[in-house]
Amino acid sequence: MNRYREDPAAVRALVRDDAVHRDVYTDPEIFRLEMERLWPRTWIYVGHTSQVRDPGDFITCDIGTVPVLMIRQPDGSVRVLRNRCAHKGTKLVSDWSGNAGRFIRCPYHNWSYRTDGSIAAIPLRQGYDGTGFASCEATGGLRPVATEVYRGFVFARLGENGPSFRDYFGESLSSIDYMADRSPEGEMEVAGGVLRYMHDSNWKMFVENLNDTMHPMAAHESSAGTAKELWADKPADAPKPMAIEQLVPFAGSYDFFDKMGVRVFANGHSFSGVHFSIHSSYAAVPDYEAAMKRAYGEARAKDILGTVRHNTVYYPSLTIKGAIQTIRVVRPIAVDKTLIESWSFRLKGAPDIFFKRNVTYTRLINSPMSVVGHDDQQCYRLVQEGLPADGNEWISLHRDYRSEERDAHDLTVNGTSEISMRNQFRAWAQFMGAA
Amino acid sequence: MTEAGIVRFLYREARLLDEKRWDEWYSLFGDDGHYWVPLTREQPDAEFHTSLAYEDTLLLRLRIERLRRRPPSQHPESWSQHVLQAPEIEGHDGNCWLTRTAFFYAESRGDAMQMLTGVALHHLVEQEGSLRIRLKRINLLNCDAALPSIQLFL
Repeated sequence: MNRYREDPAAVRALVRDDAVHRDVYTDPEIFRLEMERLWPRTWIYVGHTSQVRDPGDFITCDIGTVPVLMIRQPDGSVRVLRNRCAHKGTKLVSDWSGNAGRFIRCPYHNWSYRTDGSIAAIPLRQGYDGTGFASCEATGGLRPVATEVYRGFVFARLGENGPSFRDYFGESLSSIDYMADRSPEGEMEVAGGVLRYMHDSNWKMFVENLNDTMHPMAAHESSAGTAKELWADKPADAPKPMAIEQLVPFAGSYDFFDKMGVRVFANGHSFSGVHFSIHSSYAAVPDYEAAMKRAYGEARAKDILGTVRHNTVYYPSLTIKGAIQTIRVVRPIAVDKTLIESWSFRLKGAPDIFFKRNVTYTRLINSPMSVVGHDDQQCYRLVQEGLPADGNEWISLHRDYRSEERDAHDLTVNGTSEISMRNQFRAWAQFMGAA
Repeated sequence: MTEAGIVRFLYREARLLDEKRWDEWYSLFGDDGHYWVPLTREQPDAEFHTSLAYEDTLLLRLRIERLRRRPPSQHPESWSQHVLQAPEIEGHDGNCWLTRTAFFYAESRGDAMQMLTGVALHHLVEQEGSLRIRLKRINLLNCDAALPSIQLFL
């Protein structure tokens, strides 16, 4: 079916100011168009520079449905290349990470490439003499992708045209700063492995859920509520196990999540936890706080440690939790299949307890065995299964809608507003325009 | 403790899980007991590396109580089946027995069923003539794969 491909107005009509049509979650053609339009036109998270320390170090992943590799260059810069042999289309590198040395060699016919993606050698090259090869697409090698590095976070934009990195993310980048600045040295490194959780639902359900503050008290009552009960008979000043400290806040009240606040930015980005969050009440670490004051000065240290944003969504591919240094990366696979990767960061120069907190949190919340994740995943799946019901093809996003929000580029409102989802769909409609 | 007694203990442990006799299963753990599913092969520790699961008795209790509440993800409810290879006694360290049990594990829910396989390593301590689990470490064959929800106990 090519119902939407040639009809920009039909795509535009899927998004109202305060509602969205179900086809955005269920129509395979819309998914294909997202991979051709939304993902290539926006800045997608690829990886972190600490994963590729030395020249030739690489990691592989997909940007939407396009296989890429991120590789460290001899001059220390990082490039993102398409992971496709210019000759026959073979995926060149199939390990998740490794070191390619000076050349990337295709396992099929031994074409080899420099780490900048240019062709280094082709066996029996004279066989191309007198052919049209010299002016064909293959001479572009691995066709490097536009790449930007911000505090070690590597983003890439597949498309030739699109917003600049700074224009695209704007002020939302402060969440990455607040995360990295929790290190007294201002630096982080990826550590502790990656959790890979397969979801049988559309990628947008996951992204929307990150700042959906109306679901924890419902969907997570069984896990957070049980944690609260298991600890209920302990004295108020008894030291809490880390797991209790982290799980119980999910059972916060509607009032708690409402007062937390949510802030939205142009191009679909947002974070909740403007004023405080579920991460506000973790035990203090005095030595670390002293080190932070020495590194940043009293005022900035207080600002960094007092900023405990809940989830920041870098639409559409990355969500981060600066307060505990974990990120979740969205890798769409099909209209109803999405891989969520959870990565952990170690703060350089900070005590071990922060990494331990991070590892505990991501295991409790983001693992395929998480008692919290199971119910999120089930709810997304139920939406996927419920949407085909006839009689109502629309998803309501009306909560706290105000018409003036449509033109706002940076707006903070009450935490239980559905503004972050409306804001995502405004960006979605903008980037899903005609080819 | 005889070898036959240890093997009986391991078969019973798996059976209690498949029959959802969770309180009886929980009582097999010592106070310092842990249930651990590492994320990588040969993973040395669980505190400074992410795991699929690493639960002390408090978290095991939480998981059991949550399942009893029939959370959203337990409609329809999940069922498991462990198929164990004959356990091997790997060694004896002080009052702790180390065992190795290769297994297949199936978890079914509604029309869906997933299959996992791997090796369970038990550290079993003798207390007043009976065995208690100090550690059940489950090395999944595909621990590094993208996995769907795994809701019951391996």
